Amino acid sequence: MSTFTPAPGAAPVVRQVLTQASMETRLMLRNGEQLLLAVVIPVIVLIGGVRGAERVDLSYGVAEFAPGVLALAVMSTSFTALAIATGFERRYGVIKRLGTSPLSRTGLLCGKVLALLAVEVLQVVVIGAVALALGWEPSVSVVGGLLTVVLGTSAFASLGLFVAGALRAEATLAAANLVYLLLMAGGAVVLPASAYGSFGDVVTWLPSGALGEAMRSALGSADIAWRDLLVLAGWTAVGATLTARTFTWE
Amino acid sequence: MSEPPAVVVDGLVMRYGDKVAVDGLSLTVEAHTITAVLGPNGAGKTTTLETCEGYRKPQQGSVRVLGLDPVRERRALLPRIGVMLQSGGAWGGVRAVEMLRHVSRLHAHPVDVDLLVDRLGLGDCGRTAYRRLSGGQQQRLGLAMAIVGRPELVFVDEPTAGLDPAVRRTVWELLEELRTDGVTVVLTTHYMDEAERLADRVHILDKGTLVASGSPLELTRGGSVATIRLVVTEPFPPGSPDSLAVSLGPGTEVTQLDAVSLLVTGPADASTLAKVSRWCEDNGVLPESLTLGQRNLEDVFLELTASAAPAVETELTP
Repeated sequence: MSTFTPAPGAAPVVRQVLTQASMETRLMLRNGEQLLLAVVIPVIVLIGGVRGAERVDLSYGVAEFAPGVLALAVMSTSFTALAIATGFERRYGVIKRLGTSPLSRTGLLCGKVLALLAVEVLQVVVIGAVALALGWEPSVSVVGGLLTVVLGTSAFASLGLFVAGALRAEATLAAANLVYLLLMAGGAVVLPASAYGSFGDVVTWLPSGALGEAMRSALGSADIAWRDLLVLAGWTAVGATLTARTFTWE
Repeated sequence: MSEPPAVVVDGLVMRYGDKVAVDGLSLTVEAHTITAVLGPNGAGKTTTLETCEGYRKPQQGSVRVLGLDPVRERRALLPRIGVMLQSGGAWGGVRAVEMLRHVSRLHAHPVDVDLLVDRLGLGDCGRTAYRRLSGGQQQRLGLAMAIVGRPELVFVDEPTAGLDPAVRRTVWELLEELRTDGVTVVLTTHYMDEAERLADRVHILDKGTLVASGSPLELTRGGSVATIRLVVTEPFPPGSPDSLAVSLGPGTEVTQLDAVSLLVTGPADASTLAKVSRWCEDNGVLPESLTLGQRNLEDVFLELTASAAPAVETELTP
């Protein structure tokens, strides 16, 4: 057989997905801004929140901040980081290029989700370790925690892909960061919804509030917050529908 | 050995809004050939290619690639074709060889990555991030990504645009080797010498339709036809091509290339040259240059696609 004698064929689907996932994970971890968003900012918020709360004698401590910051980390990776990365993939023709490779659209999506989960594992390890060092004593529902991470990721990822598919790369960059900041400040991610007074009822319907509340239940009182998980599932449906209707490869 | 054609485009129509990009195009690409698709910018080359690649759905007409419908049977088709985009196609932060290895892993029996890197001279920039590669390096990486999966058919869009002459030659040799090994190559290019050297068959597109096709030899009539390129100092008076054609008599063709140049195609003899000179004298036209040559693919291309150029000129000089 000569060098280029045709022998076409797709690699096994599992290998394709793992290849894609490992590539996307490496690219995310190699990117300084992404790492800042994924690990550095959450750790600063955690330490700053806990120390600041002690100083001003706020009623919240590491028990609230640790799950809140973990929720923030999930949001930053699955929404902001994913939207920005995907926006630039569209801009640079990566999605178009992969569109003629054997990797299917579903395979691409699975690869992206696996990469997000891989980064989230890293975030949980780092942020969890810092929280434990700050004296966190979690009371964990493993099922609740896993469901929260998975549904939180799917809700924010589907919304992130919608933004990336609808806007130009620069606009995606701006919008994804803006939404992240707004939700961090006012979306009941880091602080419980009860901290927002009468507005608290509204924010638990936001994906950020639902994610934060579900995480606090899972890691604070070993509960499964079905209502909040259902809200996240609802946002997943909304995001996935919008993305499926609007996403184009260019 | 008669194999079914690799690509059959039949009556393809593609519009963007009011603009017709492809206007009832029909063409075929025979298997195991290098087929060049030529045409001025906006002739519909890239749209046609992208329809063959399954990116766009034919609005009218049909496209079959390796016997398959590129949209409906996309999953079956994709592993069998390789696509080189005109630009982009990789993450900004990915290293050159890393990207090629990534694409190779999506395929079942890829070409050895190191060999391809070596052949295309990508070794020096193997660890360089894609966004820091030169245009030529990005081109070569794009070509490597198109062929790494051992496709039966590759679409290469302007594979040597912006490459230095030595690298162009490397790419040409690679494309010829692909053909020898049984791969069908469809390429678009702006370089006529590229098409003339590489292509077994040439399709010339203009305004979304096929205006000529054949082997380079057929299109240039085997080099038996001479061309005289006449460039003058001031724009030709109206009706010049016709008046010159009458003076030259049958067996010759006159095409206006732009306001100050005409191309005469006909028998290569002194009498034609003398007649052209006499016509200049009779019409008070001062030649700036009078070049005799063999009709090459570029002449054919310009004759077939030059019609738009004089029209623009007349608009400018009412």
